[in-house]
Amino acid sequence: MERTRSVTKKIGSIEFSLLSPNEVRRMSATKVITADTYDDDGFPIAMGLMDPRLGVVEPGLRCKTCGQRVGKDKCPGHFGHIDLAMPVIHVGLIKTIRNCLRSTCRECGRILLTEKQKDDYLAELKHYERDGRSNAGLLKQAITDCVKSEKCPRCGREVGKIELDKPTSLRENGKKLTPSEVREWLEKIPDEDLPLLDINRKTARPEWMVLTVLPVPPVTVRPSVTLQSGERSEDDLTHKLVDVIRINQRLQENRDAGAPQLIVEDLWELLQYHITTYLDNQTSGIPPARHRSGRPLKTLAQRLKGKEGRFRSNLSGKRVNFSARTVISPDPNLSINEIGVPIQIAEELTVPVRVTSHNIDWCRDIITQKYSIESLSKAYVPGVNYIIKETEGMRRRIKVTEKNAQDIAEKLQIGSIIERQLMEGDIALFNRQPSLHRMSMMAHRIKVVPHKTFRFNLCVCPPYNADFDGDEMNLHIIQGEEAKAEAELLMKVQENILSPRFGGAIIGGIHDHISGCFLLTHKQRKIPVENALHILSAIGDEGKNPKIIEEENFSYITGKEIFSALLPDDLNLEYKAKTCLNCELCQAPKCPHNAYVIIKNGKLTQGTIDENSIGAFKGRILDRIIRDHGMDAGREFIDNVTKLAISAITFFGFTTSIDDEDIPEEAKRQIAKGIEKAMEKIENLVKAYEDGQLESLPGRSLEETLEMEIMRVTGKTRDMAGEIAGRHLGLNNSAVIMAKSGARGSMLNLSQMSGCVGQQAVRGERIHRGYQYRTLPHFKQGDLGASAKGFVASSYKSGLSPTEYFFHSMGGREGLVDTAVRTSRSGYMQRRLINALEDVKVENDGTVRHAGGQIIQFIYGEDGIDPTRSISGNAVDINRIITDVKEGI
Amino acid sequence: MATEKKQNFDIMNHELVPFHTILSDHEKGELLKKYHVETNNLPKILDNDPVSVFIGAKPGQIVKIVRKSNTAKEAISYRLVIESE
Repeated sequence: MERTRSVTKKIGSIEFSLLSPNEVRRMSATKVITADTYDDDGFPIAMGLMDPRLGVVEPGLRCKTCGQRVGKDKCPGHFGHIDLAMPVIHVGLIKTIRNCLRSTCRECGRILLTEKQKDDYLAELKHYERDGRSNAGLLKQAITDCVKSEKCPRCGREVGKIELDKPTSLRENGKKLTPSEVREWLEKIPDEDLPLLDINRKTARPEWMVLTVLPVPPVTVRPSVTLQSGERSEDDLTHKLVDVIRINQRLQENRDAGAPQLIVEDLWELLQYHITTYLDNQTSGIPPARHRSGRPLKTLAQRLKGKEGRFRSNLSGKRVNFSARTVISPDPNLSINEIGVPIQIAEELTVPVRVTSHNIDWCRDIITQKYSIESLSKAYVPGVNYIIKETEGMRRRIKVTEKNAQDIAEKLQIGSIIERQLMEGDIALFNRQPSLHRMSMMAHRIKVVPHKTFRFNLCVCPPYNADFDGDEMNLHIIQGEEAKAEAELLMKVQENILSPRFGGAIIGGIHDHISGCFLLTHKQRKIPVENALHILSAIGDEGKNPKIIEEENFSYITGKEIFSALLPDDLNLEYKAKTCLNCELCQAPKCPHNAYVIIKNGKLTQGTIDENSIGAFKGRILDRIIRDHGMDAGREFIDNVTKLAISAITFFGFTTSIDDEDIPEEAKRQIAKGIEKAMEKIENLVKAYEDGQLESLPGRSLEETLEMEIMRVTGKTRDMAGEIAGRHLGLNNSAVIMAKSGARGSMLNLSQMSGCVGQQAVRGERIHRGYQYRTLPHFKQGDLGASAKGFVASSYKSGLSPTEYFFHSMGGREGLVDTAVRTSRSGYMQRRLINALEDVKVENDGTVRHAGGQIIQFIYGEDGIDPTRSISGNAVDINRIITDVKEGI
Repeated sequence: MATEKKQNFDIMNHELVPFHTILSDHEKGELLKKYHVETNNLPKILDNDPVSVFIGAKPGQIVKIVRKSNTAKEAISYRLVIESE
């Protein structure tokens, strides 16, 4: 894309000031006196709100002030003005006006400080300015000093008490001050006293805070829209200005005709109201001005303020072109750095390609190929949507259609730009909101796929925090070569496998990948050769050739051998698997549970592959491959491992259903007995408490002791139930395989389903709230027993009793509320952190500085270590070095 | 109150107070050259900071601070002494 070079200048300073009435008149293109916009023929009325001297909005029309057209010539529009019949207070400045009145004398206009006090303050002020310190505190002090004085130190006039009636009226000793009076007063304040009132004489005079003339913004600021019915609809600002002019006119007429003071005052008030709402329609204390439909008008302040205001939605954030959004769905056959883009989207989004002598033939081809006969048989052929011709500084965009494609291709010139549709292998940025960390936006290679959803590999769900219950995601097509290179180097998925949070992988096998590897590698699984080859076919010709073991009339490959096909030859690792039971006496290299993994020279010799090997966050093999062989190898490993695991799990078959939670009658009896015993124990505790025989724990009251003891018993009961259930749930059970291998769920989940749900808690305590002295009307008042306070003895499978169900809902509700509160609070915290840190960066010399050049740290993080590349926070992995050196000998 | 009471212990020996020294003019020049930085872009320390008072640092001087660090053993930073109120 062509970029016009412009002179860049550094902004030295920005000064905000007040518009003086003279300035308003000087910049005004016309005085506005007519409250109407267009006459009956649809032409703008002269000296009306749509006067062509204020600029034009329709294309083609020329502005009467500058003679330019909108858009092409860039007529920016011109201000007009309304002369107010009577002065009106500006709402935004009412606080400053109050301060000025409080600290000056009404008679002589001088500041209410003695000459000495004044000089002291002025000297101090200079001092502050020299040091570049904020003078806010000092000025506040000066005003409080003024308010204290009872008499003007110069003319001796008694100082009145100034009160502010929200939003725009002021009283002196309870007597209302009209805006005219306020203005007269402010006019009296001499220039030399202004610095103490925090007013810079060069930019403002206090009386300018009371409006005598109102600037009318150009029509370009408040364009009117023509509806399909031919009706015109005016902008909210225009509506408000109509009100202002109408009242202003009536006020003028009434005053000139010598109407009674009361009527004039009423109209004056009304004018004040209209101007106040014109400036800010959410001023507290007055009803907001409404549209005919009842919708509050969006006036000046509303255009700027808040999330939908100019700043947050148009300046800090913008809408972009070359982007797409749709629902996401999974596709395990894509690589983790690919993304499936629907054909419809691929045909709409484009990449610009400049036509050169090197690629002109290719460009001609691509323009025409979409409409050739051969392309009919193909699912997707990229074409060209537009070509941009540049002749004598004129840019022309021509749409390519089936009709003109041939013609355009023949006349194609070097130097034009073609906007080519997406092709396989283009780079795009893929993003899911909320973008909480940098892995929320990564670069993927495009693969064009049928149907209407974005498709991607399941392993990249965790970094995006995506699932497929209807989530939508955004895609941004990269338009330039530099951007493409940068994205490829920094943002590709494989560059982001390691998280800067802790230096470990956050992309790895999940769910079925882990179950699949577990099935493949647990114990010595012998897989007949033909089946093994079927599983291995998923990874094509990648990896090593596994060893085939021949026995009489049966040749097989072990599951471990199949998995080893993917391991690099120089891989040596020993660690505990997730399935490790933490036996009291660890028989480590010879674990009877197959939970100690040993990999020697790229061969898995023993142990089971599970979450601790290939999972995100803790996958040891994954971690090692990335460190030793780089990100690309890591990506390849994840791709292949997942393909192999999916192939294995589909081949073996894997299913779970409610009967996975079946336990024998004997076990059920045991659990019931255990629960009964616990109930008895609790009953005894309650009895002991009621008889006053319970001994309190140190530092606890009797009640607290009882609660703690009961919680302990209920906790133990659940564990007991889980333990008994677990004994009968072996590794021949899919649900248990998932829990033990770390694929999904936990043994706690299983024991709650088959054994006993356990104690429900709200705020970490047993459930106490509800009715008077009891939780539910099903219980006696004062009942402290287990079931009356939220102990659920049933299992999910057997079903909960009504009271248990109620308690369970209470406990579940707490969890929901917690997450809702947490997300909103942490979101706001994050926003503030981002705003504080957005311009801090590490410079080339290793220092951390912010945009102003201030040094924050002399070496990043005191040690200059990139946490992404650290070994769980440490710069070097000492243990690794020691073992490496030892083995080298 | 204790404000006027003379300090009866050496704050520099407290384990939470890192090691501070004043840079010589030569060292100061070297530092500014090394980081291509103007003095007012350095972190600041007030001249009435207890440590500044103790080591006698005057506005305009630069103090070198050597902190203990968990990750880097020692972390060196510099602060420009500025005038208080």
